[in-house]
Amino acid sequence: MLKFIKHHLSSIGGVEIWPMLSFVVFFLFFLAVLWWVFTVRRTHIDHMAALPINDDNNETERHAL
Amino acid sequence: MNERFQYDNRIVKNFLFITVLWGVVGMLVGLIIATQMVAQNTPPDAWYYWIVRPFTWLGEQQWFTFGRLRPLHTNAVIFAFVGNGIFAGAYYSMQRLLKARMFSDVLSKLHFWGWQFIIVCAAVTLPLGITTGKEYAELEWPIDILITLVWVVFGINMFGTILKRRERHLYVAIWFYIATWVTVAMLHITNSMELPISFLKSYSWYAGVQDALVQWWYGHNAVAFFLTTPYLGLMYYFMPKAANRPVYSYKLSIIHFWALIFIYIWAGPHHLLYSALPDWAQSLGVVFSVMLIAPSWGGMLNGLLTLRGAWDRVREDPVLKFMVVAVTCYGMSTLEGPLLSVKYLNAIAHFTDWIIAHVHIGGIGWNGMLTFGIIYWMVPRLYGTKLHSTRLANVHFWIATLGIVFYAIPLYFAGFFQAMMWKEFTPDGFLVYKNFLDTVVEIKYAYWLRALGGLLYLIGAFIMVYNVWKTAKAGKLIANEDAEAPALEKVAVVNEGGHWHRWIERRPIQMLVASLVLVAIGGLFELVPTFLVESNIPTIASVKPYTPLELHGRDIYVREGCYTCHSQMIRPFRSETERYGEYAKAGEFVYDHPFQWGSKRTGPDLLRVGGKYPHSWHYYHMYDPTSMSPGSLMPPYHHLFNDALDTTTTTKKIEAMLTMGVPYDKEPYGPGFAQRANAHLDEQRAAIVAGLKKDGIEANADREIIALIAYLQRVGTDIKAKPAATAAVAQP
Repeated sequence: MLKFIKHHLSSIGGVEIWPMLSFVVFFLFFLAVLWWVFTVRRTHIDHMAALPINDDNNETERHAL
Repeated sequence: MNERFQYDNRIVKNFLFITVLWGVVGMLVGLIIATQMVAQNTPPDAWYYWIVRPFTWLGEQQWFTFGRLRPLHTNAVIFAFVGNGIFAGAYYSMQRLLKARMFSDVLSKLHFWGWQFIIVCAAVTLPLGITTGKEYAELEWPIDILITLVWVVFGINMFGTILKRRERHLYVAIWFYIATWVTVAMLHITNSMELPISFLKSYSWYAGVQDALVQWWYGHNAVAFFLTTPYLGLMYYFMPKAANRPVYSYKLSIIHFWALIFIYIWAGPHHLLYSALPDWAQSLGVVFSVMLIAPSWGGMLNGLLTLRGAWDRVREDPVLKFMVVAVTCYGMSTLEGPLLSVKYLNAIAHFTDWIIAHVHIGGIGWNGMLTFGIIYWMVPRLYGTKLHSTRLANVHFWIATLGIVFYAIPLYFAGFFQAMMWKEFTPDGFLVYKNFLDTVVEIKYAYWLRALGGLLYLIGAFIMVYNVWKTAKAGKLIANEDAEAPALEKVAVVNEGGHWHRWIERRPIQMLVASLVLVAIGGLFELVPTFLVESNIPTIASVKPYTPLELHGRDIYVREGCYTCHSQMIRPFRSETERYGEYAKAGEFVYDHPFQWGSKRTGPDLLRVGGKYPHSWHYYHMYDPTSMSPGSLMPPYHHLFNDALDTTTTTKKIEAMLTMGVPYDKEPYGPGFAQRANAHLDEQRAAIVAGLKKDGIEANADREIIALIAYLQRVGTDIKAKPAATAAVAQP
């Protein structure tokens, strides 16, 4: 099975460009994540960070230990 | 307007209890094989003989030898203990973070029982020697299919819950769960490509270097996406819960997530440094491994700094203690991992116990301690009571920590010093420790201490069992916990800002696709070129397919898990070529389905064992290793002398190899060879029996040992032979 796949992959024209292209795509994506992180509104971040803390239903179960 | 609903705590409880149970089992198997490894062949006059005898006696039975139990240990700890730990924590946190009951109780149950059934199948098949011979992916193809099905059930349940959630934004823990799900699916399917020849036997579709690359791409990322990302999700949920304060930096957690999932997937080849893998692939693995330090440490610091202002509570609260040690161990092993992938350090540490120490800092440090912390945190809440004994939990914490120390430190020493001994030359240029066994005897003390460390850790786990049981008995399970939350508005709030990342936070399917794209990019870049470029695997004309008898012998080698203690990969160092012979070439392994390079040398490398000793040496050695190698830690393999070789499968095996492109239709075999294979096999074993007879051994030709000898005598010899000579060997 694999030998057939292999043949088709190696016959794709200009296949070498894909690794470079994938890296560029990721790198741009990562820069975008950084840009977003540095510009996002504080209130949103606070809301997100508080999600696990605010999911208790009753106060008594806190400090149960 | 609030909606009322109930969290399903019963499924969390089930996963939690089974985590505890499999944890104890996995650790116990670890302790058994640790003891076997050091105590096998203890002389009866030793004072501790009767203490270790039960373990070594087990190790002499064919089902419980080190080679068969070691995969059971790793599978039990990774997929049973940590796997169920993931599900327990994820089912608890997902429901609460998404403000919704799990999508379907039926799927939850199916997931739970399906996963346990897989584990039981593993526990039965691995001791029976039913294995694919690929580390952490040893389970045979029917079980692989089951894993896929149950994983899909988990996925549907998870995404169903996400889709019916009442909290619009997905907390970062959920991202980690999504990335885990999608990546594990991709890894498992890619690495499990097998050609079945019967219900319980298959061959890896890949061979040699390609098999190695896929396997370690899988193996490395099983660590990344089974032992790390889901546990980071748990850390990001349970640490803030336990500390009762939000995560130190949510922004950092976002960078942590994207950087980690992208970089991790590329780093697999660092398991194959100095091997026959193409150099560019090795270098790629090194670069990405070093880069991994950044996101890993970002995550560790984020976890530890979550406790800022709460450090006083760490002194009293065992939950926080467990978590602090867990996260510290995460930091240690994620610094050590990249360092070990620097070639200089890797040259020393690879194949030694250093790596065993390293993975246990991750396993019993990071995964184990975080699991314990989460269990102690969850059980009282699931049962609406207090923990039975905080004091006992503290005792567990200290004994487990001490266990880690006793486990890891001696092995670090052992690994380092054994590597030094392997590489030590006399001033005249000869190996100081010519006999491999001399370097084993020197580090036996460390193996004893490791077993002690494992024992301590296991005792701690038993203390936890008691504590959890008493806590559960004191309370009553809140099977369905009442909750309420406003329904999610169907229409998105327009003025919320147009940031694309926030857009993705609200869209789980897009998140799934983005994660998949990221990990697939790394995976493809890493794997595809090796499959594409012909020059990556230079062929060697003298390398021929195994004879039918050798193929059977190789299957016995795989079945017995010989790769758990012996490598077949001689690195291009003088210390190794001097000891073992010519270093390994990629072209030697083109017919190896699966590859058997191994990852640890408890015994010597076997790549050039072919032709090194007479048949009789192997015959005696397999019956009683100490007769040929006094002081050997290897168990005897009597069953190979009692069991007849099953030759009914020969034709199928050859046909399977032909399907995968192994040229049994060409010289020296020729068209239609599959039908003639057994005749060829009979000839070859008659030759071996005749050889044994010359040394005064009356051997039975139909026994498995003859096939194993045939294989061992063939390993790594093709490269020495001139093409014509190989043909002569292949057709005795």
